[in-house]
Amino acid sequence: MTEKSRLLKAWEWHEQRLPIGHWLDHSLGSKYPAPKNLNYWWNFGSLALFMLVLMIITGVFLAMNYTAHTSMAFDSVERIMRDVNNGWLIRYMHANGASFFFIVVYIHIFRGLYYGSYKPPREVLWWMGVIIYLLMMATAFMGYVLPWGQMSFWGATVITNLFSAIPGVGDAIVTLLWGGFSVDNPTLNRFFALHYLLPFVIVGVVVLHVWALHIPGSNNPLGIEAAPADKIPFFPYYYAKDAVGLGVFLVVMFAVVFWLPNAMGHPLNYEKANPLVTPPHIVPEWYYLPFYAILRAIPDKLLGVIAMFGSILILFVLPWLDRHPVRSATFRPIFKIFFWVFLANGIMLGWCGSQLAEGLPLILSRVGTFWYFFHFIVLLPLLSWVETPKPLPASISQPVLSPAMKPAE
Amino acid sequence: MANTAHAHAAAAQGETRRDFLLHSTIAVGAVGGAMMVWPLIHSMNPAADTLSLSTTEFSVAGIAEGSGITVVWRGKPVFVRHRTAAEIETAKKDDTADLRDPQTDAVRAQKPDFLILVGICTHLGCIPLGMKATEPRGDFGGWFCPCHGSHYDTSGRIRRGPAPANLEVPPYTFLSDTTVRIG
Amino acid sequence: MRKIVLAAAAAFVLSSPVMAAEEIKPMKRTWTFDGVFGKFDKQQLQRGFQVYKEVCASCHSVQYLAFRNLQDIGYSEDQVKVIAAEYQVQDGPDENGDMFDRPGRASDRIPKPFANEQLARASNGGALPPDLSLMTKAREDGPNYVFSLMMGYTEPPKGFEILPGMSYNTYFPGHQIGMPQQITDDRVTYADGTKASAEQIASDVTAFLHWAAEPKLEVRHATGIRVVLFALLFTVLAFFYKRRLWARLEKH
Repeated sequence: MTEKSRLLKAWEWHEQRLPIGHWLDHSLGSKYPAPKNLNYWWNFGSLALFMLVLMIITGVFLAMNYTAHTSMAFDSVERIMRDVNNGWLIRYMHANGASFFFIVVYIHIFRGLYYGSYKPPREVLWWMGVIIYLLMMATAFMGYVLPWGQMSFWGATVITNLFSAIPGVGDAIVTLLWGGFSVDNPTLNRFFALHYLLPFVIVGVVVLHVWALHIPGSNNPLGIEAAPADKIPFFPYYYAKDAVGLGVFLVVMFAVVFWLPNAMGHPLNYEKANPLVTPPHIVPEWYYLPFYAILRAIPDKLLGVIAMFGSILILFVLPWLDRHPVRSATFRPIFKIFFWVFLANGIMLGWCGSQLAEGLPLILSRVGTFWYFFHFIVLLPLLSWVETPKPLPASISQPVLSPAMKPAE
Repeated sequence: MANTAHAHAAAAQGETRRDFLLHSTIAVGAVGGAMMVWPLIHSMNPAADTLSLSTTEFSVAGIAEGSGITVVWRGKPVFVRHRTAAEIETAKKDDTADLRDPQTDAVRAQKPDFLILVGICTHLGCIPLGMKATEPRGDFGGWFCPCHGSHYDTSGRIRRGPAPANLEVPPYTFLSDTTVRIG
Repeated sequence: MRKIVLAAAAAFVLSSPVMAAEEIKPMKRTWTFDGVFGKFDKQQLQRGFQVYKEVCASCHSVQYLAFRNLQDIGYSEDQVKVIAAEYQVQDGPDENGDMFDRPGRASDRIPKPFANEQLARASNGGALPPDLSLMTKAREDGPNYVFSLMMGYTEPPKGFEILPGMSYNTYFPGHQIGMPQQITDDRVTYADGTKASAEQIASDVTAFLHWAAEPKLEVRHATGIRVVLFALLFTVLAFFYKRRLWARLEKH
């Protein structure tokens, strides 16, 4: 028997008992058919998975050198940066990785919004995605607290204080979150524990997300159902395509990690937390800024908090707000315009969130908050009724084939 | 899947077995991934500050004959015993005994009066007894490891029990008659 | 689709934290550590360390620097031992339970001028001289800011009320700073004979402080070049492979 066939036999023996290869091949391999017309915006799903894995791996190695205690956390991070072998690399990858994870996931979300990927029969798939996004926000928030810099401390103070807006039990909840009467060592300790836990919860929801994806299969840029003839195996075609996207993405991410590692962080987080001095201008990490702007746009504490959480939770009901039968914005000229307006509005809100809440930024953040909810609550239901779509192609092959080459079916 | 575009294509063209582009892409990707692994693994090795803290200084002036002190070097206990003349004599006499890990006492103690040893049993890392007067010193008057019953003599050499080697002598120098630096 | 890329880029630029409007942007300088291939000038770092020792160290600590780190800026192991031994470091307790001072060793951190924050404030009219070991990373545009701050002492503009014990500084937020002007021409005499203009001194100590804040900058740049080139190679190979693979589909 040759070496190769012996290995093959061993593999088959194992497959008969635990068909892990079979399972992978069907879920992410050659037995998983995907529409052949997926464009490069579809790369960001697999990129998000790549980032999740990278974050968990770098995070585990950081945790080996990190000390979750108020008197030692900042110093232990500096020790990672200075003394631990390659510690600076691992930490910069993790810190910038968080930002790039969000960049990838935001593009993934907006791709779904543009092509109507949340519409039937993919509502539960969309829900799982929103849950992943919420878990990511919680995880990133707690991770940002761990270095125990000034922004860590005051970010933690401000965000946990959001819950004090809840009538009646607000203060009790905040005390519970803190484990004391201010953000202090018990808070840091539990944030570390949860920051380590939540990524694995995310992995679990990602499994559900991919499972839900496999029931109807991928949406595609045309938004019409893909006939079996218009599908190609995920492996090797989308492995090859995703590899190209991964390469481009890595070049960009590494450029930031190696040359602008602190560009997306706040300088004041290189100052140790001081519970007696609030920095003049507290800003959250960039990925929260639009929601921070919504929070500050509303002059009432409770309503501001409700609006902020509502702005994310509204995504859960999006499939029932936009009931237009056509998925892809390609065939919905009016929706397409408002998609870009919505995106621009989100970016404007992000800018407002980075400014002091006064003057023009405050006015703009109020306009932007109004538009955010107007888009979901009024515009999308209205367009579902009134918008006439462009004619849809009969199949994915049709737009790319000349009539003469059209396969006889 | 029989009627997918892929199947048509593969049947018409035939799979190209030796695909240089595919192999080089996979190779570069794999090498890249492997090169990411080493920095992560290496981060578990001792850090620069840990490596730099490798010396310990102490004085032997206050140690009475027949007793000893334990100092910490690199997080490990180091036994410093001020040996009696009888202990030194026994140790030298046993240079010629049947030893598992043969070493002469002269090699193990720079100054015969002071025996300096890493206080970790060479079997599985327990700390042998014998530094306090009340503790058992084993059948050979040196140290006795209670974990698995290794007996060390007055030169710290293994004489009986499962330990394979003598108690380690750390690198040290006498900076003066009474000051010692380990490491 | 290009719009999304542009919009994302705009979001990134716009969302970077913006300081209060009245703040003055620091002077722009070129540093040897700027750019893709940026490196520290070890001669300059040694001069900067001299400035730190002779001018800054009486009030400011560099708590994350150990003497052994000075080997990175071109001192030999033996020179570092000599430098360390010039300092007294508290150690102990000894056999009698007393703390004692001993000469510094390479593994020691550079001692702080004040034992604690309260003493530092008491010795400086209530102001706390901040630790400098991360200063260039803890401020927006750090190296330029630190340089500008040291060169930014001027007479206050007409009508500007200066509190007693404070100095006017163009680049300090609020313009009133507790630290008097320190950097002037010939404040130090350089061991290597470099002419000690105020600008030279300020830029040398800034470079030193940036090294103190980001000691791994050189290895980061060097590693980055290799990693990015490798990722580019992977991308190009993957692109051509993808194109070949997908060409099969388009024929049918």
